[in-house]
Amino acid sequence: MARAVTTRHKTIATIAAWIVALLIFFPILYTIITSFKSEQEAIAGFNLIPSGTLESYAAVEAQSGYFKFFLNSVILSLGSTVLALIVSVPAAWAMAFSPTKRTKDILMWMLSTKMMPAVAVLFPIYLLFRDAGLLDSRIGLTVMLMLINLPIVVWMLYTYFREIPGEILEAARMDGATLWGEIVYVLTPMAVPGIASTMLLNIILAWNEAFWTIRLTTINAAPLTAFISSFSSPQGLFWAKLSAASTLAIAPILIMGWFSQKQLVRGLTFGAVK
Amino acid sequence: MKLRTLVLGLCSASAFAFAAQAESITIATVNNGDMIRMQKLTDDFTKKNPDIQLNWVTLEENVLRERVTTDIATKGGQYDVITIGNYEVPIWAKQNWLLALDNLGADYDVDDLLPAIRGGLTVDGKLYAAPFYGESAMIMYRTDLMEKAGLKMPDKPTWEFIGDAARKMTDRAAGINGICLRGKAGWGENMAFLTAMDNSFGGRWFDEKWKPQFDQPEWKDTLDFYVKLMKDAGPEGASSNGFNENLTLFQQGKCGMWIDATVAASFVSDPKNSTVAGKVGYAIFPNKEGVDNHGNWLWSWNLAIPASSQKAAAAEKFVSWATSKGYTDLVASKEGWASAPPGTRTSLYKNADYQKAAPFAGPTLAAMNAADITKPSVKPVPYTGGQFVAIPEFQGLGTTVGQLFSAALAGQSSVDDALKQAQDAATASMQEGGYLQ
Repeated sequence: MARAVTTRHKTIATIAAWIVALLIFFPILYTIITSFKSEQEAIAGFNLIPSGTLESYAAVEAQSGYFKFFLNSVILSLGSTVLALIVSVPAAWAMAFSPTKRTKDILMWMLSTKMMPAVAVLFPIYLLFRDAGLLDSRIGLTVMLMLINLPIVVWMLYTYFREIPGEILEAARMDGATLWGEIVYVLTPMAVPGIASTMLLNIILAWNEAFWTIRLTTINAAPLTAFISSFSSPQGLFWAKLSAASTLAIAPILIMGWFSQKQLVRGLTFGAVK
Repeated sequence: MKLRTLVLGLCSASAFAFAAQAESITIATVNNGDMIRMQKLTDDFTKKNPDIQLNWVTLEENVLRERVTTDIATKGGQYDVITIGNYEVPIWAKQNWLLALDNLGADYDVDDLLPAIRGGLTVDGKLYAAPFYGESAMIMYRTDLMEKAGLKMPDKPTWEFIGDAARKMTDRAAGINGICLRGKAGWGENMAFLTAMDNSFGGRWFDEKWKPQFDQPEWKDTLDFYVKLMKDAGPEGASSNGFNENLTLFQQGKCGMWIDATVAASFVSDPKNSTVAGKVGYAIFPNKEGVDNHGNWLWSWNLAIPASSQKAAAAEKFVSWATSKGYTDLVASKEGWASAPPGTRTSLYKNADYQKAAPFAGPTLAAMNAADITKPSVKPVPYTGGQFVAIPEFQGLGTTVGQLFSAALAGQSSVDDALKQAQDAATASMQEGGYLQ
């Protein structure tokens, strides 16, 4: 029997959701507020009303040149996402529709690579990049970001594909569809919400990745994570500038997340309720 | 038309040829005020050296250290100039990771470098890094609160005096802590301070045979004194406070005294950012009654050239420019003498304009001259280094011990337990490193 949802329950749930959301969002909000303060205001203590100065943004732009880093972030996150989809759509298709007795093991093995601390392979990867001439190159880092996010992408797509009835693909085959046609014209359109949310999540993960993007770059391929890192100071208080740098770095992904939240939620909950 | 095409073509060709000749060097640095100022003033260098382009990579200190270590150890060749501390210089020079700076120019005046700083950057008679700015440690105290407490800072204060003064200056109802000291775990955070403090208590990290000394009375006295003092007169949550956190507290008027790097003096005396500017006095790092040792804290940020650099000549030109007397004059002319990078050159401290602009100049020089990293303790030691031990194992070991001492400060363990665990950790590390048999 379905439980009756009263207005009172709805109100409590809404308030609780807002409180949790605000708690999660507050550090970001305070970073944004601090970015509009002077350095003196920033260290003066807790204050939600900034003077509205833009001096930190001017200083940050003058010191580091935001757009070069921004462009690299865009190229790396989009490039690695496209590359990851090219590799993972066929892989997920194979595992979802032609599983073998080892499919589960392969999936678990792929996921297990995410459990290894990145620093454990820093030296081998650095040497490989050095020998291949890929240090501080966008190509090298795009491939690296694709590889580290690949297990998650394959897993997500595999989960979505499993929700699609195999009979539809069989019907396409009976109508004469080739393997390529089956994936491109039948499977992909049906999995668009899943692919879209996987894409969005991968873009966010690649945008925020801060271990490899800082360690494998210097000048040419450094993205916004390196940009933020440059504003952390061991001796001296530059909180307003650091906040301005952080705001500039997270703003694009925050805006993208805001506009695509419907797709994200739909994709993430796809197949959760049957 | 043909002539115009030819002229244009020649112009383009020569432009390309010039661009091809221009060498670009990559400089890795940290986000300190002095380093950022250097980046702003590099037009002067590029005007004098139009054939050299500069690329800057600014990173957080620990990331920079790890990044540069990885690159040098693997001969990645990503950097031409690196910013490193005097902890790394002798270790890396002995590994042949750095190039000796033999061509700094005729007018560089290497003899003008402060002897203590120069000594820390010299290996087998060769200079392996040029100091950009240097620091020791000293007491910064509120003259008004000291007066209110009915005390006068002696010329050479002892820890006993500091403890007494801190407790008298403490007024927790008014938000004033008698003393602010580092508590955040890290070899460059609380262990820098506690190592210097232990030196001034007559202690040492290792005896002549590399046996750790945490089971000796000097470390027990040091840590007992520190934990009790911070409990009685320190700020709340002191185990999370490093240089920046204490700087904030002091600038906001919440500390009666702060014992830390001399470079802080320029921050606390800056009226734009400090509410206590004009009310700050300076004194030499304290010592325990009867121990002739003022901590021997000596640190410098230096510019060095990794052996993997393919553009060493251009890199050395830059290092020479950035650490020259001419650079100091350039900073003074653009931003005033108080902004001149401190703690590297004797001539700066003889400059009347600098002495006038920087009231902390005298105490800073006194602190730096008092520091001797070749003899950090009154007892014999097998290592060099003042607030650190110049061995590769110290980064990891120092941080481990720092975590133990930070936990003791937070009340999560007793002083005795922390010392016992520190002794065990240090013994294991020394055995692993082959120092102890």
